[in-house]
Amino acid sequence: MRSSALAGPSGRSDDGAREASAAGRAAAAEPFLSVRGLSKRLGRAQALLDVALEAHADELLVVLGPTGAGKTTLMRTIAGLETPDAGSIRMAGQDVTAMDPAERDVALVFQNFSLYPRWTVRRNLEFPLRAPGRRVSEPEIQRRVGWAAELLKITRLIDREASRLSGGEMQRVAIGRAIVRRPRLFLMDEPLTNLDAKLREALRVELVELRRELKTPMVFVTHDQAEALSMADRIVVLSEGRILQTGTPREVYERPVSPVVALQLGQPAINLLRVRRSDGQWVATDGTPLMPAEAAGPSERLLGIRPEDIALLGVETQGHRAEGPRGAAVEIVEYIGPTTTLLCVWAGAPVHVVVPRRGTIRPGDRVFPRINAARAVLFDVDSEPPRRVSRGLPGSHSSLASPPALPLKGGPA
Amino acid sequence: MSFLVLDRLRKTYGDGTPAVRGIDLSIEKGELIVLLGPSGCGKTTTLRMIAGLELATGGAIRLGGEDVTSLRPSQRDVGMVFQFYALYPHLTVRENIAFPLRAARVPAAEARSRVDDVAARMDLARLLSRYPKELSGGDQQKVSLARAIVRRPAVYLMDEPLGTLDADQRLAMRELIRAEQIASKVTTIYVTHDQEEAMSLADRIVVMEGGRIRQVGTPADVYDQPSDLFVAAFVGSPGMNFIPGKVADRAGKAIFVSHDGQIPIEVPPVAPCAEATLGIRCEHVHEGADGALSGNVVTEEYVGNASHVHVKTPAGRLIMRAANASARPRGSEVRLRLDPAQISVFDAATEKRL
Repeated sequence: MRSSALAGPSGRSDDGAREASAAGRAAAAEPFLSVRGLSKRLGRAQALLDVALEAHADELLVVLGPTGAGKTTLMRTIAGLETPDAGSIRMAGQDVTAMDPAERDVALVFQNFSLYPRWTVRRNLEFPLRAPGRRVSEPEIQRRVGWAAELLKITRLIDREASRLSGGEMQRVAIGRAIVRRPRLFLMDEPLTNLDAKLREALRVELVELRRELKTPMVFVTHDQAEALSMADRIVVLSEGRILQTGTPREVYERPVSPVVALQLGQPAINLLRVRRSDGQWVATDGTPLMPAEAAGPSERLLGIRPEDIALLGVETQGHRAEGPRGAAVEIVEYIGPTTTLLCVWAGAPVHVVVPRRGTIRPGDRVFPRINAARAVLFDVDSEPPRRVSRGLPGSHSSLASPPALPLKGGPA
Repeated sequence: MSFLVLDRLRKTYGDGTPAVRGIDLSIEKGELIVLLGPSGCGKTTTLRMIAGLELATGGAIRLGGEDVTSLRPSQRDVGMVFQFYALYPHLTVRENIAFPLRAARVPAAEARSRVDDVAARMDLARLLSRYPKELSGGDQQKVSLARAIVRRPAVYLMDEPLGTLDADQRLAMRELIRAEQIASKVTTIYVTHDQEEAMSLADRIVVMEGGRIRQVGTPADVYDQPSDLFVAAFVGSPGMNFIPGKVADRAGKAIFVSHDGQIPIEVPPVAPCAEATLGIRCEHVHEGADGALSGNVVTEEYVGNASHVHVKTPAGRLIMRAANASARPRGSEVRLRLDPAQISVFDAATEKRL
């Protein structure tokens, strides 16, 4: 994004930047947005329960959760479109819980582009500035629309009817409609979800840089873990209306507080293996030693290890299979760009391994995995969530066709 | 002769809009072919012509040696899978899987044996009398795949079948499809706009754009040796880095010089070219004091098992894939080294690989 485009409406951007950095200093003491004890019931469902979060003046906060986690309700409540049953919302030190949406001065962008299809891009962009009660002068409207269009690279489309735009162009216009108002806070509800994979990837970076230039805080909601990891300054993991963990992408990815959080981040998902302590080792249910165990603590654990934190010590191709230490049988090999993803049967369980790209491993080969113990996470055995997806495979060649029943103690059947 | 042949296949809509502009493709029996491209590239129209749901306006389709170009869908031995729809909750697993057979009026005894076949193959036999709500999420997915493939046509045609699933379900389903296809060896043509899905599933990828085929090759071919700038940018996440410049001949060696003059670098032997584009993937850009390019960090995208560091250099913006050891502050200076063995060079005018 060219910075010259920021010599914005009425030359306000310099002042704006100064104000924002002053706000940034103040933010060390107080966050711009502060949500406390927020609860909301929708019909019979508890959509939000005791939600607390903060977004600082120059921060992109991502709320990550699956469908039905309460993400949209949270955004609508912050925007003032829903009234909470309990809790408070403060912005810039002021309690806004009882304020009208318009008074809060926030901009909401939805997954569905919500443009007027028969209007031109220009008219769509002007619309929020011409809303009743807003007294923006005509030259100022034109300046801001021109500024937003240039920033979002849609100047050449300015006189085109919205219905004739591509999905990506429409979403740029929708974002443009949010920024022309220069709101105090952006709320983005899955704005990239309906776009092609390639376009999503590009817009991700553009949105981060746009927000940084505008120096306006943003709360961004998504179910896409890649989006959350790459865009967030901090991530809030939401599940069934509750916050499970808040932290930087790295903290949440590397030190998840529970298996539920661990499974939310990372693709392919983290491997979870039941282990028990035996002779100073954590061993799998089939007796395979996996890594050294500390002397104290519970004797059974759930071991979480990310696929890229398992190294391969060797590969035996089919037909050259020696007797010896137990290895893992390779079931599926996926070559994806710089890495190779293997699905193996190891220690009696399906396990994903991601290694730097190698073109030599094939289904049916045997590999010898080793866990990077420093990167492993240990959870309580009774914290294992029910699996939403199966790692069992079809096909007669597959030794996973009938996965051995794992003796689960206290876990779901 | 190949099992399925598209011969100068063309589709122009009634209003004159060309959707597919004459494509040639030969598919062998048992292959899993992915048609990959952005919205509007013609991939779905091509699939629908193979299915018989759209009629070609030019060219021919031959299946097993027979010209099927103008046959009705029911006369072609192809099975279209649109999406892995939710299961019917009031029907048992057996009834769910048998549903497409009933719709196709397959005699009851034969339907029964086909359901038994697919259920045995996919380890669902023990679940046949259960209802969907009694199954785990993973078993429900298996049942929806079983239902999609129970008809056992000569060719499966799959049109973005995973589009509506969550990311983790997509991955599991992708593995199911791949394992099933390897086991059953039914020729499969799969349409997607998701390059990662294409890379992970395909025996060969057909990259399409603007109604034309840009490249046909194995995932490794398409990734390592893209035939033009479009393929280089579209395949990979992120797409290739590009640097504009020229290729000169110096003492018999091909040397690429960027327009800003910052990097002269030896490239694989190609003819001199006044307007060229160097392409390099982010995992082949390395940080190093001996690097030819210097720049400043613009932003860093954390992707879990690595980071994508965006660096602004005089030669343009480059993305480097880096291990996670250290976070690099915005604005900090880095020197970048390009792995010479991994460089692609394109003619900037024709956009073709040199």
